[in-house]
Amino acid sequence: MIHFEQVTKRYPGGHEGLSNASFHIAPGELVFLTGHSGAGKSTLLRLIGLLERCTRGQVRVNGRNLGRIGRRDIPYHRREVGMIFQDHRLLHDRTVFDNVAMPLVVAGMRHQEIGRRVRAALDKVGLLNKEKARPITLSGGEQQRVGIARAVVSKPPVVLADEPTGNLDPALSQEIMDLFMQFNRVGVTLLIATHDLDLISRMGQRILTLNRGRLVRDSAAG
Amino acid sequence: MGSARTNRGGSDPSTWALRHLQVALASLGRLCSAPLATLMTTAVIGIALALPTGLHVTLNHVQQLAGGWEGAATFSLFLKQEIGEKQAETLAAKLRRNPRLAKVQVIPPDLALAEFRRLSGFEGALDALDENPLPTVLVIEPEPEYSTPEAAETLMAGFNRQAEVDFTQLDLQWVRRFHAITEIARRGVLVIAALLALAVLLIVGNTIRLEIQNHRSEIEITKLIGGTDAFIRRPFLYNGLWYGLSGGILAWLLVSLALWLLNGPVEHLAGLYHSDFDLSAIGLPTLGALLTASALLGLLGSWIAVSRHLSDIEPD
Repeated sequence: MIHFEQVTKRYPGGHEGLSNASFHIAPGELVFLTGHSGAGKSTLLRLIGLLERCTRGQVRVNGRNLGRIGRRDIPYHRREVGMIFQDHRLLHDRTVFDNVAMPLVVAGMRHQEIGRRVRAALDKVGLLNKEKARPITLSGGEQQRVGIARAVVSKPPVVLADEPTGNLDPALSQEIMDLFMQFNRVGVTLLIATHDLDLISRMGQRILTLNRGRLVRDSAAG
Repeated sequence: MGSARTNRGGSDPSTWALRHLQVALASLGRLCSAPLATLMTTAVIGIALALPTGLHVTLNHVQQLAGGWEGAATFSLFLKQEIGEKQAETLAAKLRRNPRLAKVQVIPPDLALAEFRRLSGFEGALDALDENPLPTVLVIEPEPEYSTPEAAETLMAGFNRQAEVDFTQLDLQWVRRFHAITEIARRGVLVIAALLALAVLLIVGNTIRLEIQNHRSEIEITKLIGGTDAFIRRPFLYNGLWYGLSGGILAWLLVSLALWLLNGPVEHLAGLYHSDFDLSAIGLPTLGALLTASALLGLLGSWIAVSRHLSDIEPD
């Protein structure tokens, strides 16, 4: 589902965010990405979401070479990649419902279908009773779950999460991780960047470890 | 390798139109929810558009009024020396039957000489002449619609074909000067209109630029979740369209108000000149042109702002 072949991302000034990284993530896998801050976790996720393009090498997502996707086609690529952020990136002047509905609205879905899908997504993250609330009135864990509902509402084959539990206490973090496990069980491919080693070591999933832009360890699930 | 566009949605025309309608109404709703800010922008656009519109309407009125003055185009037909007073009268009677001519007056040589003597100051020199050197002259005023330079030239050619006529003189100077002056005024209005149209573009452009900045995070997030440039652009373009259109409507109201205020005094003045001239309201074609132009200016202004500033905003 996600293929990196000798991928290097060099920023202006010579700093390498990612150096010669190669790995494959099969469809339906759940993979954690870890390393110190600045190790290149975010860079790697940004390359998959086409927020950035690699300097060398090849990134393929869902069978498509990202190097061949033109500027105008980036939106259509991003519709197949749900993204979750540490700071949630919610719009505070809209309700929870409207925030979650955004990916469906930009895709031009019909009104009735949007309502059905948004409620299903909110139900999955346990926030069906908050659909009319403003995100600012929710707790950090709830806001993160709204962000997750938004990332999965359009049923993308790939979901990326960048430090999704960064600001949450251990109990809430575990809840979020359990949610990801549930999505994974229905076939979604997930790549989750986190430095919460305690948490992920308990989950028995494959872990990619980055250090200064280099992929230093790829521990299989088990 | 699959196409990146396989999951494009909402492409059938009725869904597309519905979506545009939704965005248009949402944009209108947003503008109405901040009435003061919207009103300020609309007022600036309205005033900028009212000036050229008002000048255009005034110019039309001046031309309409001047229709009566163009009778000042008068022909002088100098008849041949051997043509006597009787033949001159016959020719005059014939010309009076021409519907294009308003007035034909015969000036016999004696009368012409007397007038010349009175006005020229050459009395002594004229006394030295044995006989009256002046021919019979017909003074002709055409109907107003035949007073334009082109029509007058045609009439003049017709007069010159008459056997009795030696030559025809046409006082076209005044007509030509008047047409030249209105032409200059028309160009002036065009220049002012162009400058103020540019001002409207800048006003709308700047307003939309600020709106784009205010919606920075919304634009970033929309790009992150796969919103196309067209999708992000659309509400801003509709905002520009509404700004332009409401500015146009305000301009129309302002000019109508000005005409209404001026109509009383103008009618009074016209009455003093025994004219029934009055200021008519803005006609439907002018109104249509005004609203179309204002809407297009708004759209163009926001288009410029959007194409300049939207690509600067990329999610990070």
